[in-house]
Amino acid sequence: MQKIGKQTIKFDAPPTVSECASIVGPKEADGPLCKYFDQTLEDEFWGEKSWEKAESKIIKETVSTLIGKSGVSTADVDMVIAGDLLNQCISSSFGLRDSNIPFLGVFGACSTFVESMSISAICVEGFAKNVICATSSHFCSAEKQFRFPLELGNQRPPTAQWTVTGSGAALISKSGNGPFITHITPGKIVDMGIKDANSMGAAMAPAFCDTLLTHFQDTGRNPSYYDAIISGDLGHIGKEISIDIMKSHGYNIKSNYNDCGVMIFDKASQDTHSGGSGCACCATVFSGYWFKQLQNKKVKKILLIATGALMNSTSSQQGESIPGIAHAISIEI
Amino acid sequence: MDPTQTKQGYQDYVDKKSPNSPIAKNLFNAFWTGGLICSIGQIILNICKERGFDITTSGTIVSIILIGLSAFLTGLNIFNKIGKFCGAGSLIPITGFANSIVSPAMEYKSEGYVMGVGAKMFTVARTCFSFWYFKCYYCWNYIFNF
Repeated sequence: MQKIGKQTIKFDAPPTVSECASIVGPKEADGPLCKYFDQTLEDEFWGEKSWEKAESKIIKETVSTLIGKSGVSTADVDMVIAGDLLNQCISSSFGLRDSNIPFLGVFGACSTFVESMSISAICVEGFAKNVICATSSHFCSAEKQFRFPLELGNQRPPTAQWTVTGSGAALISKSGNGPFITHITPGKIVDMGIKDANSMGAAMAPAFCDTLLTHFQDTGRNPSYYDAIISGDLGHIGKEISIDIMKSHGYNIKSNYNDCGVMIFDKASQDTHSGGSGCACCATVFSGYWFKQLQNKKVKKILLIATGALMNSTSSQQGESIPGIAHAISIEI
Repeated sequence: MDPTQTKQGYQDYVDKKSPNSPIAKNLFNAFWTGGLICSIGQIILNICKERGFDITTSGTIVSIILIGLSAFLTGLNIFNKIGKFCGAGSLIPITGFANSIVSPAMEYKSEGYVMGVGAKMFTVARTCFSFWYFKCYYCWNYIFNF
């Protein structure tokens, strides 16, 4: 492992993403990617008494699905690195408290999935054989914590995004046949002064572009090197803004760039406004869709950049602007 | 040109790029649905008066029926759909007030009756209460100082 350029890490013995698993809620199951997920839920409670408990169950079951699919025994997993959006990351810690695997809780808002994959890759290059990374989010528990009660009859602005209910998990291993994690570019915090908590795409797009530009400069690559450049949850508006910003820097990413928040819902029929968001957005779309595309060799090189808005409900009520972050991970066959 | 050169420049660019709420449609829907809810209230009031209740009692009956109906529909997960369509039309009449109390009560039931329902029930509505007191205070001063 070596540092190249300003902030990119290149792996000498690239770790493998050996297996992925995903579970999503009912709304995601109605979306265009339904057939790619391992399991879809019929209701948001999944037999639990609260949404928080349901979210814990989702991440727990996703991790056990992953372990089941991969054939690796729990004893051979060196670490699980997980995070979510609820205060003090209770979904992951409650969901994984019975897992009996060393646990690192991480928080990077919606960028958590790639953050945990980056840490996992570093661990695997260093000492570990198998590391699991997982994230979850739940529409109802997120609305309760960040916005208004669900039953309140209010209107959402067109820039608002819909938190994805679900969880995605990936197993990063030392040995395997790929796809391989070749580079990671951890991002800087970028704050362009956006204060509207209903405009997350616009708040995070500058961070996404900063990380993407740095990745290109550090590695000497350009957009056409990748079959797909994928952002986490910028949504329709954030996606358009990012294309514009990159164009102003001389990079045309329009042809091979997509956003998980755009992909997971059908904007016209599902009334999700600017698209999906949340820790599970990037995690489920990568674990469900992109991982299978890599396995089937339909795409060979992807750059996954999860984006996060590092704020909470108190900071936005106090009029603070929203700092954005984006971490990139290059996955190749 | 790079829109992220200055914060103000980026804000202006984002404002231009972000679609606005459909204001004309929202206003129109709020106008006729708000009118409809108030008309329903007026019809109940007239019926009560015809049945021989005085105006104060009739008004109370109207409030009870509309609040009850709104709370019931909130419980059935229907009011949020009505509210999404009507906007201020269902929010401003007493129906919106009932919804703003019942919805947090339902949401926080999982935290128990004392610290959940009891403590959080007025999360949305209490700002309304606070400003009512302000309004009364200033109106009172205004009337009696002139």
